[in-house]
Amino acid sequence: MTATTLDHPKAAIPAAFTQDELGWNAWLDPVPEEALTERQKEGLVDIARAKSPYFRLLAHDPDILRARTLADKDIFYNTRSGLPRAERELAAAAVSRSNGCIYCASVHARFATTHSKRRDDVQRLLDEGVGVDIDPLWNAVIEASVALTATPIAFGAEHVAKLRRLGLDDLSIADLIHAASFFNWANRLMLSLGEPETR
Amino acid sequence: MTDHATPDILDRLAGVSAGSALDVVRHERPETRRNVQASYDALFEIRDEAEITATERYAVAAFVALLHDADGPAANHYLQLLEQRPEGVGLVKVLRSQAKKAATAGPYGAYPSGPLSRENLAGPTFRTEPSDRAVLGERLSAALDHVHLLVFHLRDAQGSHLALLQQAGWSTPAIVTLSQIVAFLAFQIRAAHGLRVLGS
Repeated sequence: MTATTLDHPKAAIPAAFTQDELGWNAWLDPVPEEALTERQKEGLVDIARAKSPYFRLLAHDPDILRARTLADKDIFYNTRSGLPRAERELAAAAVSRSNGCIYCASVHARFATTHSKRRDDVQRLLDEGVGVDIDPLWNAVIEASVALTATPIAFGAEHVAKLRRLGLDDLSIADLIHAASFFNWANRLMLSLGEPETR
Repeated sequence: MTDHATPDILDRLAGVSAGSALDVVRHERPETRRNVQASYDALFEIRDEAEITATERYAVAAFVALLHDADGPAANHYLQLLEQRPEGVGLVKVLRSQAKKAATAGPYGAYPSGPLSRENLAGPTFRTEPSDRAVLGERLSAALDHVHLLVFHLRDAQGSHLALLQQAGWSTPAIVTLSQIVAFLAFQIRAAHGLRVLGS
């Protein structure tokens, strides 16, 4: 373990939001793949994540990594009723656009495109920002996500009322609250422990 | 399932009462419910203080909560935990006064120079005051400066900010845990707020 931060002098830092695949470089030493303990492997949940420097850095505290990973998977992948996957991913992309996390926005904009088949609309969120005018439902999802992202939090009864008028039931709105809130967790790790790299 | 009868920490912060419509909605996502609670337990049911102490964990969490909503349920919760620690009462007083000085509105910050530069939004950089640094110690003072960065202007974060933590004695595992505490609180406070609004 070094006691200094890591430089990546040759890395090209992306200067715009994109749906392209990006790399990510850690500013602190990730746990080397061959040195992962059993407990750290359990923290990764999915051993394929051992290839990622981000998850191997988080493996320094495996208990919170494991609980966080399992929460993440359910918040985004459990679509038994409730909010469709596309809108959950849209919320994640909107939060990341608002906080300024180019890496997280790239991943979740790509997922939003995959699940909605609306690549151009997703791209407009990235290009124009969170004030973009797409359609009533997507506007309301973006607006609610951004209001939850503001500090102090700006999310209020008017956001819930609008989402209900657009046909979302309470489970769907709770799913949206979880997805948007979760990206306020993810963005803070991704932005503060390393930086994205154009591949 | 025994946990049906037991409110968890998110229920308490969101004001969810047993049997309410919101309680039913939360129980439709048992995996989320269980693992959000497990996240809280992993950070605050402390078994190992080698890298980061209980006092440091509660102080950091309390400061995050104070910066979001000084009178909110999360601030009350973490300040109460802190008060029960040795030196906790003194720390609570300092955190409250520092949080008043640190209060602002986010997210703001700068982007890598290029097309996004026009969206750069300036805002304050916080540093705990010298007189309070003496009470807090260098380690916790450096952590609070970092908390302010991650709460309000996370897109300004650089490797040099982690170097400041290292100089104040934070190891790599401790920085990972510190970052998780701030980031988890940012989630927990928003999820509780959102659910409270949904249930009202």
